[in-house]
Amino acid sequence: MAIKPNTAFLTSYRIYVAAFFVFLAAPLVAAGMFAFNDSLFPSLPWQGFTLDWFFNDTEPKLGMFHDRRLLRGLYYSFVIASFVSLLSVFVGTCNAFLFVRCRFPAKDFFYIMMVLPLVIPGVILGISILLLASNIANGAEEALSLDLDFLRPGLILVVLGQFSFITTITSLVIIARLKKFDESMEEAAFNLGASRVRVLRTITLPFLFPAMAAAGIVAFLVSFENFNTTLFLVGSEAPLTITMYDRMVKVGSTPVLNAVSFFLMVGSALLALISILVNRDKPQT
Amino acid sequence: MMQKDIKRLSLILLFAPFALWIFLLIVLPHLGMFYISVREKVGPRMYEFGLGNYINFFAEPIYWNTLIRTGSMSLLVTALALLLGFPIAYYIAKIAGNRTRGALFLMCLIPLWVSDLIRAFGWILLLRETGIISSSLQWAGVINTPIEFLYNDAAVIMGLVYTVILFMIVPLVSTLDGMDNSMIEAGYNLGGNGPTVLRRIIIPYAMPGIVSGCIVVFMLTAGSYLTPILLGGKNSSWFTEQIYDQFITRYNWESGAAFGFLLLAFTSLVVWGGLKLSGQTLNSTVAKS
Repeated sequence: MAIKPNTAFLTSYRIYVAAFFVFLAAPLVAAGMFAFNDSLFPSLPWQGFTLDWFFNDTEPKLGMFHDRRLLRGLYYSFVIASFVSLLSVFVGTCNAFLFVRCRFPAKDFFYIMMVLPLVIPGVILGISILLLASNIANGAEEALSLDLDFLRPGLILVVLGQFSFITTITSLVIIARLKKFDESMEEAAFNLGASRVRVLRTITLPFLFPAMAAAGIVAFLVSFENFNTTLFLVGSEAPLTITMYDRMVKVGSTPVLNAVSFFLMVGSALLALISILVNRDKPQT
Repeated sequence: MMQKDIKRLSLILLFAPFALWIFLLIVLPHLGMFYISVREKVGPRMYEFGLGNYINFFAEPIYWNTLIRTGSMSLLVTALALLLGFPIAYYIAKIAGNRTRGALFLMCLIPLWVSDLIRAFGWILLLRETGIISSSLQWAGVINTPIEFLYNDAAVIMGLVYTVILFMIVPLVSTLDGMDNSMIEAGYNLGGNGPTVLRRIIIPYAMPGIVSGCIVVFMLTAGSYLTPILLGGKNSSWFTEQIYDQFITRYNWESGAAFGFLLLAFTSLVVWGGLKLSGQTLNSTVAKS
């Protein structure tokens, strides 16, 4: 404890901190609890506990596990998030080696370029990628009468759009870990006659693995919950957040959305917990 | 010689994915967007160079008013996030015991893992006319008729502060964590009182964290789309809505690209001004390696 302020001050300080955490939890509790309310509307009064909004298979109380469109959204989200996390961990690992190990001109400039995607508004990222892809696709169609379907809004563009800023996150996580690596361990292995590839495979990568796994999980979660960038790039294969938004705007809020919210909150909490456990000995940055 | 070649080869191999990523997905799309924003449609499939899209923006008050409104509300959100978040960060870094510290920090991160959409949905359920707060107040007899708390600026600002405050707290905690307690004690020993120590020692020390948090929070707020729309309703007039409108509703890509560029330029200008005012650089804050 740094200072010993008087108790009255400390008490009110504590109350403020407690109130802040209530503020943080309030909307999440509200979104989660109505998943279990036996009513057609997510609002008070409380009509009793039910699991219908998860498992019931008939209208009007169609549970989320029987709702085709929501399940399809969940599936697409899962596919997109898997690709994004694999790609971004791969490039993030390369970036870590590049910025921690290599020396090259204008390194500071490139480092800023690497961080930049994180502060560009997601809407702008989505639009700019959409514009470029469509222009190339249109150009190819006119000039060469080629049909470049993958450049039209769809899964591939969504993956690329999310990848464009999630890679910054994975790079930062993996860079932080690689900086802690003691290079004398590699030198020792070299001295003992190990080859470059072997050292990388048996010493450096195992050391980095926790950070890579944690970065992968973070990338997966960020991709799963992304809305702004995805909105512009989405084709007919809408991921879950887009499906939910559509439902919210067109049908209005129904408790099945609360069920999905609850499901997602529990899922991300579990994944976040795993990522913290995997990456344990790394102090928070 | 051999060693040198291997070094160069590995540099090239490592630089390639980075360059492809940054060039193809960040630099080139933005150049393309700029290119589209400075051309005007003169006929079907006929374009010529011109600043018409930008002139349009300044000629129509509703457009630049929206941008200024977005900017000033984002600044307000940033200030509120700093004011509300700083005491929390200080509590976590300096006052909480070792064991509660980690738990509190984790609790701060929980909303981060929940989609924007779900957070906004939660606020809608709390604030709307038939929502939890309104019905609880009626039940308690404080009010007689339901009250709509949604669809006003206060709801938008609160929702935005909620969404971004974590990005303020996290850098602040890590900066304050690195501060030696003896610095604060020395301040007291030299006769300073609480506010003086805060103003003369703690805040100057935490400046890189404060600036870095403010930059991220400001950019996230100005670029947010979902929270203003869902909590502010049709009339929230957020600039990203205008961009979406130009692109999707009016299908006017040229003007949408110009708007996108203006948002980028405007927010960068504000960040640059903030850095100049606080005497920090991008390298000492957000891009701190």
